[in-house]
Amino acid sequence: MSPRVTLATARRVGRQLRRDRRTLALVLVVPPALLALLDYVFDARPQTFDRIGAPLVGVFPLILMFLVTSIAMLRERSTGTLERLMSMPMAKLDLLLGYGLAFAVVGALQAGVTAGVAFGLLGVETAGPVWAVVCLAIANAILGMALGLFLSAFATSEFQAVQFMPAFILPQLLLAGLFAPREIMPEALQTISDALPFTYAYDALAKVAADDVDGRLWLDVGVLAGCIVLALAVGALTLRRRTP
Amino acid sequence: MNSSPDVFNRTDRTTAAGTVVDISRLEVVRGVRRVLPGVSLDVARGVITGLLGPSGSGKTTLMRAIVGVQKVAGGKVTVLGRPAGTAELRRRVAYVTQAPSVYADLTVRENLEYFARVLGAPAGRIDATIEIVGLGEQADQVAGTLSGGERSRCSLAVALLGDPELLVLDEPTVGLDPVLRGELWATFHRLAGEGRTLLVSTHVMDEAERCDELVLMREGRVVASGTPAALREETGADSVEQAFIALAERAT
Repeated sequence: MSPRVTLATARRVGRQLRRDRRTLALVLVVPPALLALLDYVFDARPQTFDRIGAPLVGVFPLILMFLVTSIAMLRERSTGTLERLMSMPMAKLDLLLGYGLAFAVVGALQAGVTAGVAFGLLGVETAGPVWAVVCLAIANAILGMALGLFLSAFATSEFQAVQFMPAFILPQLLLAGLFAPREIMPEALQTISDALPFTYAYDALAKVAADDVDGRLWLDVGVLAGCIVLALAVGALTLRRRTP
Repeated sequence: MNSSPDVFNRTDRTTAAGTVVDISRLEVVRGVRRVLPGVSLDVARGVITGLLGPSGSGKTTLMRAIVGVQKVAGGKVTVLGRPAGTAELRRRVAYVTQAPSVYADLTVRENLEYFARVLGAPAGRIDATIEIVGLGEQADQVAGTLSGGERSRCSLAVALLGDPELLVLDEPTVGLDPVLRGELWATFHRLAGEGRTLLVSTHVMDEAERCDELVLMREGRVVASGTPAALREETGADSVEQAFIALAERAT
């Protein structure tokens, strides 16, 4: 592993994203726009929006980075650039961390813009500090990236990769307590929910938004970090130097 | 040099220079198909070896095995004295795939800048390689907007960035105009003159004449190998193409 190669990869991924202005615009504009839409939808019941508004700031980066990474990795595989890199003096971790670094920057930008709109313009309430929400949003972006990287190994076409979003991310959102509190779910679903990484990401966001800092928050953050490391490690295993 | 089945006794011109690639009984199975049923082959140092054969004859698979990106079912591939695919070899072997593998959304220069960083090649090499492949005017053009030939030259440029001892080039001159093809072959000869070893696959027979050594492949087997002159002489043919036909018939 070498910092030179990691940084070069991060710069290269950044350049590719910058060249694609429309994607960049979508990444930065869609989350705040959706938040504004939700704010309007819950016009008559502002207390509902207050409950989910702040956590949502951290949810968008997860979904977007998952999609962007799946497609980006699939492209690396299908255009032969991955094979080329694997035949060069490059550690797998260089590639993964390079992507991680580049997408963390994009995730931070996205979280920053979304948080700015949510807390500045829409008047979303958060009892905890805004910076903590933004930090968790970045962590979510990296989790989304790591999951996308891992799952992209199982997609052989863009169509499949896009389907992985509703297949793997949406159930996590549904079970995490975002739409209905976990307490009212059947016990079986609560158990499944306990095993999903996003449950901890959402719980941490909700805790920070409610300024409810206790031991459980640190458990959440710990599990989140563990999931990121695990997904990156398993993702690294899916990068093969030798292929059939 | 030995190849199996051995059709010719090798001239001793190349044996003295040493062997860069040593393949013995290489087997590659893809699905139920034995793509390479047991190939043995040597590649000599400092010369251009042409890998000749129809599409589907196993040229690409053989090259991938040499570079160490191909899963193999058996046999031994030794490159520069090490087992193929060893980490150390990634610096000493350059590989250009048949389909150009560069980033379509980056310019030629940006692509080369990135790969130069990965290879640890000096930044000064970038302009030099752009010059060699004749992409000076397209240097700041996004690779996705290049023509097919230009894009494969961009891909070739990446392989010339480092300081490889062995270059494995899979059909590097497909779709190029004859003038440029001639220039690239001159570059290949210059690289060989510097002591580098080149393994170039092609199915263009007139390119075969420009190689120092030829390996003829058919259906995953090495049909014959030798210098173009020796192959012509052996078969009494006027061209490598006719020699190839004669040898293919003899093998069946």
